[in-house]
Amino acid sequence: MVSIRQNAYPDVLPDFRNLGVIARVLVAVNALALAGAVFAAPSFRDALHRFVEAAAFVEPLLFLELLALFALSPWIARLPYWAGCAAVVALVTALAAAYQLAVFGVPQGAALLARTIVLCAALAAGLLGYFRLLVKAFSPALAEARLQTLQARIRPHFLFNSLNAVLALIRRDPRRAERSLEDLADLFRTLMSDARQFVRLSDEIALLERYAELEQLRLGERLRITWELDAAPSDALLPPLVLQPLLENAVYHGVEPDTAAGEVLVRIERRGDRVIARIENPYIEAEQQRAGNRMALENIRERLALFFDAEARIETSLHGNRYRVEIEMPYRVAQA
Amino acid sequence: MSGLRVFIADDEEPARERLKELLNDIAAELPTSIVGEARHGLETIELVPTSRAQVLLLDIQMPGMGGLEVARHLASLENAPAVVFVTAHERHAVEAFELNALDYLLKPVRSARLAAALRKAATAAAPGREQLARAASDAREYLSIAERHRIVLVPVRDIVFLMAEQKYVTLRTRERQHLIEEPLIDLEREFAAQFVRIHRNCLVARAAIRGFERASGSDEEPHWLVVLDGIDERLPVSRRQWPALRELVADKP
Repeated sequence: MVSIRQNAYPDVLPDFRNLGVIARVLVAVNALALAGAVFAAPSFRDALHRFVEAAAFVEPLLFLELLALFALSPWIARLPYWAGCAAVVALVTALAAAYQLAVFGVPQGAALLARTIVLCAALAAGLLGYFRLLVKAFSPALAEARLQTLQARIRPHFLFNSLNAVLALIRRDPRRAERSLEDLADLFRTLMSDARQFVRLSDEIALLERYAELEQLRLGERLRITWELDAAPSDALLPPLVLQPLLENAVYHGVEPDTAAGEVLVRIERRGDRVIARIENPYIEAEQQRAGNRMALENIRERLALFFDAEARIETSLHGNRYRVEIEMPYRVAQA
Repeated sequence: MSGLRVFIADDEEPARERLKELLNDIAAELPTSIVGEARHGLETIELVPTSRAQVLLLDIQMPGMGGLEVARHLASLENAPAVVFVTAHERHAVEAFELNALDYLLKPVRSARLAAALRKAATAAAPGREQLARAASDAREYLSIAERHRIVLVPVRDIVFLMAEQKYVTLRTRERQHLIEEPLIDLEREFAAQFVRIHRNCLVARAAIRGFERASGSDEEPHWLVVLDGIDERLPVSRRQWPALRELVADKP
């Protein structure tokens, strides 16, 4: 999480509480054990046998290691990068050594100790190197995500129609015109801000309300938004502009093309350690074939993956004549 | 009230208000009177024919039916108004007006541009049907029949077949039929996705084809007839079209 807040992409340790990181470690270690077995055994059958034997030893150790890293993650994250790496390697190696002594007893275990320590340290260092490369590879993507957000978000249709609506207000209701221009300014400030930083849910909700206010000005009675935000955790952190594009889509595809009034639902709530946001709009068949909708969803999906890896999801579904987009992400708060 | 008779069609109330303000601002140099307003495409089609409007300020992106299609239907009116398109969507505009033959204004509209467009429109004829057809990128959702003071719209998805007869094309739905004055070849091109040619003079809705029947008549060449959904009439398939049609049916589950 810290990684995303830094400006110049310094080296950072992987987040050991992230499912994606855990999954990668599991796969890498098991693949290596399998490769070792295939390399050492005379036949493939023997190799499988060896692998199963090795797994019986490796698997509990692996879980133990991951558990330790999970528990100690906040402390490790506070160390400088290289100190953190050393701490992780030391922790992993020490645990492996202790585990081996516990399983095999002192005389037999001690004989194998040197090998285990070397193997384990090399493996840990290798994986850390891999994660470092991974972050490096993704960093330009983060910068690009910022651009993508901009491109995907400023729908000229919305901007010019809003300006037009404000112009119409200036003579009749100057105060409301002022408010609308302020809303527009806030909206664009966010659109042009640094998309690599997490924002508080309360800020994103404020943005939703500003945006809704502007749409209401244009569409009047045709747009009805129901807000269900009582259970929304205002301190939750999320990537910026994840919800506003969804509301914009809901209005653009679900309300504007219809001559009758359209109902939009915005519900955000916390369930345990998950934050769930749902936006619903009337389903208009001809509309969903337009490319714009898919593009915005893909953009959000990508950014959620950049920020939360495998721990967030976005799904769309159809319920009768209602189109629903739901985002589920981990509940994270700013560390004091 | 005198002056140029203007009709305003826009789905956003503030946008209509803004146009009215601007018309008011330029009234000294260009007097106008507003003879009607519509909030969406279908309402425009309904209200314009009896409004006696000379110029129609027409938003391109409206619910129900977009401005371009609205203009295409209105073009067959006897006293069709000149049209000035209004759009916030420059992308749409460029695509639609590549011929640069139709006049359009970008939102937010400036009063000077509005005055110029109205002046030009006051002397211009309504845009031609062919011209509009070239400008439109999408197929229409309706076909229309212009009566004296109204336009009858028939949703394309309700049409079972279109048959050319001399100067006219007969348009057949499950309930009734109409005569329209458009060449079958143009209709075939525009609605290629929904209709298929079964004969030199006939297009049939793909969705309405239920199957084929061999003609029982023993005279001359044997041929096939199309069996249609909701209509008892069987239509002959020409020998030339048969191979393509047979594949079409084979593809159907």
